[in-house]
Amino acid sequence: MKHDVVDVMDKVASKRVFDLSKTTLRELNQALHEVREGSNEVAWEVQNPKGSHAVAAGIDAPISVDVRGNVGYYCAGMNSQGTVTVHGSAGPGVAENMMSGSVIIKGDASQYAGATGRGGLLVIEGDASSRCGISMKGIDIVVGGNVGHMSAFMAQSGHLVVLGNAGDALGDSIYEAKLFVRGTVKSLGADCVAKEMRPEHIAKLQELLDRAGIKDVKPEEFTRYGSARKLYNFNIDNAAAY
Amino acid sequence: MCGIVGLFLKDKSLEPQLGAMLSEMLVSLTDRGPDSAGIAIYGASGDGKGKVTVQSPFPDRDFPGLDAELSKQVGEPVKMTVRSTHAVLETGLAKLDAVREAVSELRPDARIMGMGDAIEIYKEVGLPEAVAERFGLAKMGGTHAIGHTRMATESAVTTMGAHPFSTGPDQCLVHNGSLSNHSNIRRELIQKGMKFETENDTEVAAAYVSSKMADGLNLGEALESTLDDLDGFFNFVVGTKNGFGVVRDPISCKPAVMAETDQYVAFGSEYRALANLPGIEGAKVWEPEPSTVYFWEH
Repeated sequence: MKHDVVDVMDKVASKRVFDLSKTTLRELNQALHEVREGSNEVAWEVQNPKGSHAVAAGIDAPISVDVRGNVGYYCAGMNSQGTVTVHGSAGPGVAENMMSGSVIIKGDASQYAGATGRGGLLVIEGDASSRCGISMKGIDIVVGGNVGHMSAFMAQSGHLVVLGNAGDALGDSIYEAKLFVRGTVKSLGADCVAKEMRPEHIAKLQELLDRAGIKDVKPEEFTRYGSARKLYNFNIDNAAAY
Repeated sequence: MCGIVGLFLKDKSLEPQLGAMLSEMLVSLTDRGPDSAGIAIYGASGDGKGKVTVQSPFPDRDFPGLDAELSKQVGEPVKMTVRSTHAVLETGLAKLDAVREAVSELRPDARIMGMGDAIEIYKEVGLPEAVAERFGLAKMGGTHAIGHTRMATESAVTTMGAHPFSTGPDQCLVHNGSLSNHSNIRRELIQKGMKFETENDTEVAAAYVSSKMADGLNLGEALESTLDDLDGFFNFVVGTKNGFGVVRDPISCKPAVMAETDQYVAFGSEYRALANLPGIEGAKVWEPEPSTVYFWEH
């Protein structure tokens, strides 16, 4: 639905286009940071990113940015309110420490996607590699494909939804984030366990799938994982696990 | 942090452009490693000739007349091509070891960078662009090549500490990461008769792979065994006369991206390095999996 709204906006408002083969990344990010509340510069397009770092990082306005191509490190980092769509793949640390808004990656994402994110929605339509959602603190992450090893490591809150499979050590040392995996989990990390899907989890998962625009997938197909809460306090019986 | 680039051509029509393509890839990763840079480039083989690449801190003194002296000493013509601080000495394969020994005797300050049927190695301290320029990398052709931009962590910024490291005929290895058990492995390899030029951890990895291949393992098997025996962080990209291999440690902190088309296989520490390759828009682009060996051979 959100995408339809953006498409309509494309037609009614003039779009600001930055071609990174002609202008510098600094100019793009500076212009994005200068958008003030109530500005009508709501639609932006970035061309020829060619793996540049920190594309559209630090947005703090309800604007929409379409990036045409693959990006490098830290794309859309610290995003607040913005909608950033990468029509390609993303390098390490995409949407790192996102506060709110949404980031959509049409291709794959490299390691630590959504790391330390505090809010907002990160959708990766392809695969995410290792450490996806590491230390997440409230962000919601939906991955259309697989996630690599040590995803949701020390995840504190928020949700990680994986339509494919998870690699080794999923949710190692997890706190209160909720993980939903539709496929297989190669191995679970310390203190991460499979949990029962109660009605409130089904409802929350359905809402996340809807927000990510994913159809034809039912929440009942997923297994929930979370913390066994055995590592919260020191317990001599668990000494080997510390 | 370091930068690695690699290009293994499948399409012969691209061979004259190999150096130009690799040069652009290398320079794109300058900010990952501005200390020093190096390349290994593989040309035609099978003509009965081999090459020894030597480096001298005093090229103006050491290289003039070296070809004539070597020819006389080994009893066979030796052709020399000087590129800045490096010289490539070409002669019949049977005389290659003799040339290497004669170089050490005739020019004690010169260092052997590598030798084999097809390999040439160039490396120096400085920005990647300056290093590529001084050796004329952009004009070189070949079948496959590996480049490295170094940000030093484990040993000094010197020519010999730059990558690639070559520890066996036509073999080379570059590394992004750091090894924690290299001293033990070095001791074991010294006991097996391997010789080391530096205190560098990567040289140990190169020698380890060479040692495994000397034991009869193929490139893929040798890389597989690094996962059991080497401790630390690593992305290795390895070249042999006709092969090109990649392996990442189980944690895989160091970045890596690969691309494959009908024309080539390419490796880059970041996508930036691959962004201007021909046909990249339609290429299969992926992040190599941890603990997984990838290799291609001609």
